[in-house]
Amino acid sequence: MTAAAADVAVRAEHLRKAFDGLVAVDGLDLEIHRGEVFGVLGPNGSGKTTTIRMLCGLIEPTSGTATVAGFDVTRQPEAVKQRIGYMSQKYGLYDELTVYENMRFYSSVYGLHGDERTARLEEMLDELHLRARRDQRAGTLSGGWKQRLALACATAHKPPVLFLDEPTAGVDPASRREFWQRIHALAKAGTTILVTTHYMDEASQCARLAFLSRGHLIAVGTPEEIERQFNQPTVEDVFIELQRRDEQDA
Amino acid sequence: MSKPAARSTFWPMLWKEFLQMRRDRFTLAMMIGIPAVQLMLFGYAIRTEVRHVPMAVLDESRSAESRALVDVLKNTGNFDVTRNVMSRDDARRLIERGDVHAALIIPPDYRLNLKRGRQATAQVIVDAADPLSSSAAISAASLASSVASLSIARVTGATHQPVDVRVRPWYNPDLKSSTFIVPGIIGVLLAMMLILITSMAIVRERERGTLEQLVVTPISRTSLMLGKIVPFILVGYVQMTVVLSLGKLLFDIPTRGSIVLLYVLTMAYIIANLALGMLVSTLTKTQVQAMQLSFFLILPNILLSGFMFPREAMPAPAQWIGLALPLTYYLTILRGVLLKGVGLPILWRETVILCAFAVLLIVVSVKRFTKTIG
Repeated sequence: MTAAAADVAVRAEHLRKAFDGLVAVDGLDLEIHRGEVFGVLGPNGSGKTTTIRMLCGLIEPTSGTATVAGFDVTRQPEAVKQRIGYMSQKYGLYDELTVYENMRFYSSVYGLHGDERTARLEEMLDELHLRARRDQRAGTLSGGWKQRLALACATAHKPPVLFLDEPTAGVDPASRREFWQRIHALAKAGTTILVTTHYMDEASQCARLAFLSRGHLIAVGTPEEIERQFNQPTVEDVFIELQRRDEQDA
Repeated sequence: MSKPAARSTFWPMLWKEFLQMRRDRFTLAMMIGIPAVQLMLFGYAIRTEVRHVPMAVLDESRSAESRALVDVLKNTGNFDVTRNVMSRDDARRLIERGDVHAALIIPPDYRLNLKRGRQATAQVIVDAADPLSSSAAISAASLASSVASLSIARVTGATHQPVDVRVRPWYNPDLKSSTFIVPGIIGVLLAMMLILITSMAIVRERERGTLEQLVVTPISRTSLMLGKIVPFILVGYVQMTVVLSLGKLLFDIPTRGSIVLLYVLTMAYIIANLALGMLVSTLTKTQVQAMQLSFFLILPNILLSGFMFPREAMPAPAQWIGLALPLTYYLTILRGVLLKGVGLPILWRETVILCAFAVLLIVVSVKRFTKTIG
């Protein structure tokens, strides 16, 4: 295995997903390197969520292959699941359980037990400043705190790859900024992060971006490369231009 | 500042509500379906006048007079003579098994007593667990007594009542309806709660995104499903215990058979209903829909299973639907154990069918559920 290959945390080859005739994703080729913060952008319906779900093992690809953290998503889904964290817009938290209980549940499910788990839970409480809200019911938390808790639950087992599907939607600017500081810290420590977002300031913080449109990958590269490719001053302009084209062709 | 005209805000509200209703096909279907089904069931299938109660006849007199009595009873229309037995034990066994709901016992000295001008008595034993059937039986029996007596008195000129058909209600000597209903409530309650709560709980997890979050983790499919099912099994047993205890305390319902056996057999019934709940969760997208579909399924269970209304009185198609409901068989087990005090030798058929239901439903619902969690 070459050094470059060992460096690839997520690879997709000709990934395709069709739902009853409707093709959501087609011919997707992707390579994400270890420790990268990789952004996936695109209008609604472009296949972002479907792509993430295929890479997580939530849905099966119609054809094509995907490798995450060194394991094939279709053939070794259990190994993949142990090595990824996932955070969706809905957060996936149990409202009736407290902050601590949610974290404890998810860490158990990821195989942490006993002293190891307790230590890790204490660590996360401090890292994410959740200690003050330790015994508060998750349902009563505000958006920013829920987001923090969801991240804790997704990273309890310190996965090498993190999938975040619009993690900052509807969250206040201060929480958003703090969240991204954490993301960058995780990436610096070696975690590979794939994130979808509609926020352009977040997109420009990504190491590389991928633009999806109607299930196809139409651009991959650093924010500057993409701006150059589409001859637009900012990533936001690229996005608006692509959306305009999408609507024109529709 | 003048008040906004109430009219102008009311009509848009109405328009919006109707538009929403029209688009929610599921609620529309339930809105029309539930009353339609209820009307059909109550109007067509439910009969409170019970006729043609299956009856066994033990004619120990074997005379023209005894045969005449049997005819009189038959002619009331309330009884159908389905079996002729040779001993009281046979009659008892048939009643225990539920093959007949009444037994006419004519003693050997019936003819003799009539000839001697003494009062001739006969006995109608009635499975009084079901008050509707038994009251029909009782009224028929007393009618038969009078008719038979009259026809004989006309001939013999007797001044007393020559024939006395006594009714002996079994299992429920005081003919309390609570004795009949309360055991049945266990079955209905379990079905209601388990289907409703299980389906809503699963759909709620899907709505909140916690189901998806679980699927992404290394948790095995089996752990996930068992984790959802086992707590509800416990809930079912707790509810059953509450009803039994309260039933005993407040209504003094009989517990003549093996309670342990009842609890063991209830497992199959609980599992069948849990599976149904899981199935409902795969067919609905919101908690409200799950609630509506659950209710729609529970309705025929209440009406056609024999819980309140005797199945023998229903027209054939209604009886067939009853055969497809696990509750129908569970009710037989419930009443058999609690009221009749019988055990597995009598109830084995219902037990096997209930287990078959449980297995079938679990297989189907697990398959569908696994598909929805990818």
